[in-house]
Formats: sequence, C-alpha cells, structure tokens
Amino acid sequence: MNAYVAILIMLAVAVATSVGMLVATTLIGPRKSFPEKMEPFECGESQLVSPKLRFSVKFYLVALFFVIFDIEAVFLYPWAVLFKELGLFGFVEMMIFIAVLAVGLIYVWKRGALEWE
Amino acid sequence: MIADLTETIVKILFIFSINVGFYAPILGWVERKQSALMQDRVGANRANIFNFKIIGLFHPIADAVKVLTKEDFIPEGADKFFHTLAPFLSLTPAIVTFAVIPFGGAYELWGHPVKLVIADLNVGMLFIFAFASLSTYGVVLGGWSSNNNWSLLGGLRASAQMLSYEVAMGLTLIGVFMVYGSLRLTDIGMIQENFFRWGIFMQPLGFVLFFTCAIAENKRAPFDQPEAESELVAGYFTEYSSMKFVMFWMGEFLEIVTISGIVTTLFFGAWHLPFVTDQMLVSFFAGAGPNGAALLAMLVNVVVFFAKVSFFIWLMMTIRWTLPRFRYDQVMRLGWKMLLPLALINIFITGIVLLV
Repeated sequence: MNAYVAILIMLAVAVATSVGMLVATTLIGPRKSFPEKMEPFECGESQLVSPKLRFSVKFYLVALFFVIFDIEAVFLYPWAVLFKELGLFGFVEMMIFIAVLAVGLIYVWKRGALEWE
Repeated sequence: MIADLTETIVKILFIFSINVGFYAPILGWVERKQSALMQDRVGANRANIFNFKIIGLFHPIADAVKVLTKEDFIPEGADKFFHTLAPFLSLTPAIVTFAVIPFGGAYELWGHPVKLVIADLNVGMLFIFAFASLSTYGVVLGGWSSNNNWSLLGGLRASAQMLSYEVAMGLTLIGVFMVYGSLRLTDIGMIQENFFRWGIFMQPLGFVLFFTCAIAENKRAPFDQPEAESELVAGYFTEYSSMKFVMFWMGEFLEIVTISGIVTTLFFGAWHLPFVTDQMLVSFFAGAGPNGAALLAMLVNVVVFFAKVSFFIWLMMTIRWTLPRFRYDQVMRLGWKMLLPLALINIFITGIVLLV
C-alpha cells in the first residue's frame, strides 16, 4: 500500500482530534460576558495602546535571512544523500557553494544585522 | 489490500494511544513532579479517588475534567477565526509527525510482511521538517490574532526564534545523512543494528547541535522567550483558556515526544539494543513458534524504543528546570553566530572524514 495513504489516515485522525477538542470546549464550557471581562488582558489596566503597532525591522531581516539560508539547506539535502556516489568532485563543488553563502553570512554579520543591541 | 489497511490502522491506533493517550497527559504530571523534585518540594499530590492518591497520578484526569468545564474565552477585538485556527495548527502537525518514525524492525506475521512504522517514506526526515515547521504558524497566528500586547510580543519573538533555529536544525542533520546516505528513517535504523554505527559515534557534534536546536524550536527553557512568564504573562497564549490552552500544551508535549523519537532514531540506535540484532531476537524466542517469536521480538523492539524516548524526554525536562532563561539577544546570537557556523563546519569535517 502507498505510504502516503497511511499519512492521510494519520492526518484525518489528527484533524478529528483537534476539531473534536475545539467543538467540545465550545459546547461544554459556560459563557458569561460583560464588558470588563471581554477586554484583552493587560495586568488589570484597560488596554493603553493597540497591539496593531509597527514593530522592529529586525524581525523582517530574520525572515529574509531565513529564506536565503533555508534554501541553502534544501540544496544540501539531495547532495548529502548522494554524497558517497558523488565523491571528491561533489564535495569540492558543494564546498564552493557553501563558501559563497558563508561569505554572505560574514557580510551580514559584519554589517551588524545579527546584533540585537 | 485489506491486510495492509488493517495493519496500518492497528499501527496508527497504537501510536495514537501511546502519544495522545499516554505521553500527552502523563508529561504534565511528570513536569510538575520533576520540577518539585529539583526544587525540593512535594509537587502535585492532592487529587484522589476514594482517598487513593498514587503519588498524584490522578492529576491529569482532574486537569482534563476541570479544563473541559471552563469557559472558552475570546477577547474583544480578536480575530475569531484565526484565534481558533491557531491551537488547531499547533496540535495537528504535532500528532502527524510521528507517522514516519520507526518504532521496531521488519518481521513476517502469518506470511504477511510487517514493518513497525506507520508510513515508510523515502523522504522521511524532510516530511518531519515540513510538518514541524507548520506549528510556527500556530504560534504566530495565536500571538497576532489575540489583540493583546503580550501575545503579539510573544508571537514576534517566537517567529524570529523558530525561523532562526530551523535553519540551523536543517543544517545540523546534513552530516547524519552524509554518513547514512538516506533520508528514510527505517534505513537509518537498520544500519544502526551495528553498535559501532550508532549516530552518536559517527556525529557527536551533530547530536549536540541538533538537540540544542530542537529544544529552541520547541520553545522550552532555556529558550522560552516566546512565553517568558515573568515578562510576557504567558506570551503567545495569554488570551487562551479552556481546551484551546490545553491544545497548545499538548502540541508542545507531543513535539517533545517527536524530538526524542528523532534523536533516538538518528543518534541512539533506534529500536536496537547494543550488540543485539533483530535476527538474534527472533532466534532467541524461537520456542514460541515463528509468529510468536516475531511478536515477542516486536515487543522487545517497541519497549526498547520507548524506553529510549522516555529517557530523552526526562533529559529535556531536567534541562528545562536546570538552566535559567537566555536573554533574547543571547538566543539569536547563539542561533546565528554559534550553531549555524558550527553546523557548516560539521558538514565540512564529515565530508573530509568520509572521503579519506
């Protein structure tokens, strides 16, 4: 039998569990609402500033680096599996590829993009 | 066809009852008892049925009943759809990822080949990475949709931290795949039948790096900046109550089980005892007939595998209650400036050793 069918069955079981828990909690629990209670929690104060603020550019930078270096990792996977067949040629080729990205990492590092104060 | 389907369903039920039915509830109790032990307290011991307490083992049941009868709270101004979607997205992938981890060898029962793994994918490890990274969405959506400042800060920290460590985690395992030449976890398990081919001897640095990254990816102390209860109340799940809160916790506990399973499979000989092959087990139990021998060997495999998994769960619990929380800049520095270069160096060294 195709292994992905087993995955699909497992996924169906997992989805059923999660949905069951969500439905159970909405059906069983009590529901009482008054204005003070429905406010978002802020240590007893009313909310002073809305959370829909602009946030530091650092987080966007991390997302960009993630895309660059995770694609590097994706290229490395098939190479790692076939490493023994590719031999020295494959090793040197991949080291050049990694070196190019390492230069990128050093550049990002020296420009201070990885500093958090 | 029918036999295959029955086999798959039996295996799914087995793994599901072990993970969701046993590990998820019991780990809450283990964590409380472990913290109590390390802080010289008694820990949870009050829940009882007819005055039988059994060292507080009824607490998971009491917690479940209590949580089910609590109100499911959604704050004013929150995005209702994403607020509900977030716990779903962190629990579902956590249950599914265990499907590709083998918990025993391959045997023959009544003329039907049986492999003790739910889905024997040739891209097993990539499948785990793909599904494990889905839980990032749950955390980020939960933090963003709650309309709460603490949640948003927790969600932001979580997104940056999980993305950073995902890169390092992907690179730390490259060395393992170079050594074993496969992404299929059953292949990797079979190779480790030979004690001297266990991953921990082939890739010691890889193990340390992977375990660190996995703890960070799971957002547990010392990397629990996203929920930092002393600064952010509860981080991204501040506004969650009732079963939705439990779903985040179950997701975290199941991820612990999955990480322990991966560590066992890749580095600590999967389902094998040192120096004992599956063939030796079958011939040892030969007195029970061919099917009986296979069943007993399977039982030994499963017990050995889950004993190892439990050991790594205990190790993660101990690490959580031993180390203080890192500052956020320390977390990011460790990820990008230590683990990532070390992972690249590990690949380089592994390549040289394999070629020579």
